[in-house]
Amino acid sequence: MSGHDSKYFSTTKKGEIPELKEELNSQYKDKRKDAVKKVIAAMTVGKDVSSLFTDVVNCMQTENLELKKLVYLYLINYAKSQPDLAILAVNTFVKDSQDPNPLIRALAVRTMGCIRVDKITEYLCDPLQRCLKDDDPYVRKTAAICVAKLYDINAELVEDRGFLESLKDLISDNNPMVVANAVAALAEIQENSNRPIFEMTSHTLTKLLTALNECTEWGQVFILDALSRYKAADAREAENIVERVTPRLQHANCAVVLSAVKMILQQMELITSTDVVRNLCKKMAPPLVTLLSAEPEIQYVALRNINLIVQRRPTILAHEIKVFFCKYNDPIYVKMEKLEIMIKLASDRNIDQVLLEFKEYATEVDVDFVRKAVRAIGRCAIKLERAAERCITVLLELIKIKVNYVVQEAIIVIKDIFRRYPNTYESIIATLCESLDTLDEPEAKASMIWIIGEYAERIDNADELLESFLESFPEEPAHVQLQLLTATVKLFLKKPTEGPQQMIQVVLNNATVETDNPDLRDRAYIYWRLLSTDPEAAKDVVLAEKPVISDDSNLLDSSLLDELLANIATLSSVYHKPPEAFVTRVKTSSPRPEDEEYGSETGNSESAADSAATGASPPPTSSGSVPYAAQRQPVPAPASPAAPVPDLLGDLIGLDNSAIVPVDQPAAPAGPPLPVLLPASTGQGLQISAQLTRRDGQIFYSILFENNTQVPLDGFMIQFNKNTFGLAAAGPLQVPQIQPGTSAGTLLPMVTFQNMSQGPPSSLLQVAVKNNQQPVWYFNDKIPLHVFFTEDGRMERANFLETWRSLPDSNEITKDFPGIVVGNVEATLDRLAATNMFFIAKRKHANQDVFYFSAKIPRGIPFLIELTTVVNTPGVKCAIKTPSPESAPLFFEAVETLLKD
Amino acid sequence: MPVAASAVYFLNLRGDVLINRLYRDDVGGNMVDAFRMHIMQTKELGTCPVRQIGGCSFFYMRISNVYIVIVVSSNANVACAFKFVVEAVALFKSYFGGAFDEDAIRNNFVLIYELLDEIMDFGYPQNLSPEILKLYITQEGVRSPFSSKPTDKPVPNATLQVTGAVGWRREGLVYKKNEVFLDIVESVNLLMSSKGSVLRCDVTGKILMKCFLSGMPDLKLGLNDKIGLEKESQIKSRPTKSGKTIELDDVTFHQCVNLTRFNSEKTVSFVPPDGEFELMKYRITEGVNLPFRVLPTIKELGRTRIEVNVKVKSVFGAKMFALGVVIKIPVPKQTAKTSFQVTSGRAKYNAAIDCLVWKIRKFPGQTEPTLSAEVELISTMTEKKSWTRPPIQMEFQVPMFTASGLRVRFLKVWEKSGYNTVEWVRYITKAGSYEIRC
Repeated sequence: MSGHDSKYFSTTKKGEIPELKEELNSQYKDKRKDAVKKVIAAMTVGKDVSSLFTDVVNCMQTENLELKKLVYLYLINYAKSQPDLAILAVNTFVKDSQDPNPLIRALAVRTMGCIRVDKITEYLCDPLQRCLKDDDPYVRKTAAICVAKLYDINAELVEDRGFLESLKDLISDNNPMVVANAVAALAEIQENSNRPIFEMTSHTLTKLLTALNECTEWGQVFILDALSRYKAADAREAENIVERVTPRLQHANCAVVLSAVKMILQQMELITSTDVVRNLCKKMAPPLVTLLSAEPEIQYVALRNINLIVQRRPTILAHEIKVFFCKYNDPIYVKMEKLEIMIKLASDRNIDQVLLEFKEYATEVDVDFVRKAVRAIGRCAIKLERAAERCITVLLELIKIKVNYVVQEAIIVIKDIFRRYPNTYESIIATLCESLDTLDEPEAKASMIWIIGEYAERIDNADELLESFLESFPEEPAHVQLQLLTATVKLFLKKPTEGPQQMIQVVLNNATVETDNPDLRDRAYIYWRLLSTDPEAAKDVVLAEKPVISDDSNLLDSSLLDELLANIATLSSVYHKPPEAFVTRVKTSSPRPEDEEYGSETGNSESAADSAATGASPPPTSSGSVPYAAQRQPVPAPASPAAPVPDLLGDLIGLDNSAIVPVDQPAAPAGPPLPVLLPASTGQGLQISAQLTRRDGQIFYSILFENNTQVPLDGFMIQFNKNTFGLAAAGPLQVPQIQPGTSAGTLLPMVTFQNMSQGPPSSLLQVAVKNNQQPVWYFNDKIPLHVFFTEDGRMERANFLETWRSLPDSNEITKDFPGIVVGNVEATLDRLAATNMFFIAKRKHANQDVFYFSAKIPRGIPFLIELTTVVNTPGVKCAIKTPSPESAPLFFEAVETLLKD
Repeated sequence: MPVAASAVYFLNLRGDVLINRLYRDDVGGNMVDAFRMHIMQTKELGTCPVRQIGGCSFFYMRISNVYIVIVVSSNANVACAFKFVVEAVALFKSYFGGAFDEDAIRNNFVLIYELLDEIMDFGYPQNLSPEILKLYITQEGVRSPFSSKPTDKPVPNATLQVTGAVGWRREGLVYKKNEVFLDIVESVNLLMSSKGSVLRCDVTGKILMKCFLSGMPDLKLGLNDKIGLEKESQIKSRPTKSGKTIELDDVTFHQCVNLTRFNSEKTVSFVPPDGEFELMKYRITEGVNLPFRVLPTIKELGRTRIEVNVKVKSVFGAKMFALGVVIKIPVPKQTAKTSFQVTSGRAKYNAAIDCLVWKIRKFPGQTEPTLSAEVELISTMTEKKSWTRPPIQMEFQVPMFTASGLRVRFLKVWEKSGYNTVEWVRYITKAGSYEIRC
């Protein structure tokens, strides 16, 4: 039987709040209870019921546990907005924490910990102290977690009041659940502190391993996760630990299994006996396979982890490839991951079966999945030399089906196969040429052109084929143009006859005179000069032997893999990114006095510098400057905040990726007015103002259209020309019809690295906008570099110094801004931090203040910044060091705007 | 860090918040808007269950007409989070008496808030066992068939039981008649190529148990699995005689089973929770007895006609029979007209799923009914890509049959009061994903 609470949602008469107020003060208990339920219902649907605070709190002193819980729930939600009134609740809390009923004692402490109001926190300490020593394990286990809550609010208080010691005592508690929660709390505190608080000794290890057998499934997860940080002294100890943990693999809870796997993998690194290792691998395989019969979401997590595990220990699942065969009804995200693992497990032994599967998938409905299946065949060919021929046979069969995107995908992978096995499979070129007309995707075209150029001497009509592409030369995307240029030169060198000679003239002319792409032009000039001065040298350059490629796509480098394996079952293992790449939270630990001297190399530091120095998450990796290998991964979530979704969806960004932008979103027009880019006088009455902005790690083009014409305007579309950062719209522009005299604003999500222009970096962004009523409007905008500053640009001080030293002096560039005054330092720092330019340290030099910052742009390029100024006096000197000095001018432009504001 | 959640939201399909509970301060209260805007309202929905938006990550699951969304901003334990959701839903279902949907949530929101407060603290999952929680979270609308105590008055030692070593069973249970029901439920998963060779085949089985036992009984279960039997004969130093033995690829157990003991002695011993629960799950890939063979021939005759012939053979004992057999044979979208002949059961064309659906209510062993159909297609002008044939799918249930050959050899019950127990065992095999490519 179920309840009938839904009635509490249905009071929407006028004066609802006064009515509730009256009911809350009713003399009848039941009525009060009902009223509180209504308040909670209103709170749930998002109504503001904070004005009832006093009335609700008055109901707190009750014998009725259900009512009490509701009031507490209300308090958790609203205490922060009413800190002064929240104090009214303290007395009841303190009283409840001494109630004879352990449920109420625990409830009081649990709730108090959730209320983040300083005044309440002060009163929490005494009850917490009592509860940590309570006779009842239920109260103790609740108090243990409460210490972690308090640490999050006020770390100093926890340390001063000795709660950490009490918490450590709880590890030896006789109740397994208390132990488990104490371990969870300590592990969390340790993670947020830079001092050793929870050190794993062999003594604690033994205690925890014992508790492991008795605690709840979740407790086992807490303990296993904490234990995975333990470094065994030698192989013997590691073997002992593993022996105690192995039984957990049989647990029905997937989180327990994955945490046990994590722990075993960690210890296995130390174990030297190959027998033991082989045996462990054998034991881990079945539980991992069993995870694939869980809910699809859990399967997904398991598959992402298995992907990591087989990279380190390929033998574990070497014989289980069949379990990764896709079921017809698997969700797409499960299928994609299974495919990836199938490629990793493919071997000479099972390739025939695998190919049959891939071929089957290549005829399914979902386009992205089909593409990935075709690509998988190619990757297997590159990986397994002996199977390459069979792979090609399958690809040719697929080409014969004549499904357009299958053909294109196949041609792309066949080009790679040619690279891997030169002079082996060229006999199939004729078949490929049959599909020439159907190619419409740039990557497929470029691949086909490469093949024609590379094998020009074996294709009788190579010149005709290339000529057919040349007709559309000016319209092609840059990399097709580059490919065409090179292919024509190759053709000419191989067959220096009249036809190719004419073609080369046309191409060189097109690529030097007609284009504004500097990269294309440069390459064309080089070829031109080579050909005209020394054709033999040209041959050596253009027809040089190419290094053989291998399939390294989606392989992680070993140190990153180590880190990810230590994070099995967590988000990090799902994203295939180290935690600091997506966890932006700054640690809350308050600076301790002794920290003040720490690292005073750059002068006297300030507290902000400390939190910056301690801010990054534990094991400091080189991730600050190394582009994550993960960016090349088909990470389903956006890889880094600014980068586009890499290639889960194939290459048709924009086809399946169109973000919908609500037009009525108030965010766009609010804030400072946008700069006018197309004045109404130029736009025949249409005025466009726009600016690039960054919000929540995503770049948007904030646009405002004002219609000063006499007719309604609709059918707005937008297009961006190639630019340095390859900025392009992530989806179509969503603007409704704009009536005369009105305006509409929108936030258009942008993607980067889509449509890159070559040559020196430039901040120019050329935009074209059209609508159904007017001609196309072109206007120019400036790309402010700071919209690319990523959220993960914060550097540790040590890392900063190291990076600064490691860069050659030639990478240091300085610029003066004589006109800029820094008035309020705090405000300036805040403003810079808001644009992801992170303050690291400050020092005094004579009367000048020197500030150090770090920032990072996509692809992991860091900027180390030094600003020198005298506060309140005009003149700022900016020195930067970066591996990419060519973007310095853009950077200075950005800094200037930021400082001017 | 095994934190599983900073906030939990329950949304309906429109994106309205039904329940929200913030456990940590590191995510804003408006995070649900980001989820609505960047996932629910885009094509991203359903493409990946773990997503990052800005500084927060979202994990979501859809259960009937409700989305359960977990938000975190730290490197949380995703496996833990999803498992928590699954278990929480099971818990709610056991409280509401079955259904978990938007209506059930609205009707029980007070209860859900109370439970959410209890089962997770600061993002760390706590005890989620329904049996124990029902001891002290007793909202109206809850009728536990086993509790006769008045509501609103918690059992005095509830807290000890929540945290106790046997955190899934309460003390002091008394039944007049002590009974145990065992259900062995197997799902056969099959993927067969069009040529009739088995591409993938496995059985996932579970043993469901219903216990009505007094006191704190110790149970021991014996199966005809190879390793268990070998161990047993080692201990008794004489061979145990029994017919067929089977090899389990993997077993997982309910938390009540002593895993360390299973690891060393290979015996399944446990103190069961009261009432119904899933004791264990197992998986078998070798020596699977497929209950059905499907032999399809589908011929495309020109561009507008398809000839379908499907023969289904039951390969279990002639005295047994399967129930609820459904065979779904895919046909192209542009199907215009169909005509059938079946030797058993009934068939019809279902345009919503583009399938010929052939149903046989009772299907005896060792028979082979056939379906032959003719399908006419609307001829389309546009030269579309050729029809990609989805696999034939089959549903069935075969009582008293296990595809794995698993048998319960014994179930022993010890309790200090020494009562007698009656044990009931049932077997049933169902179709998991039973697919035949054609």
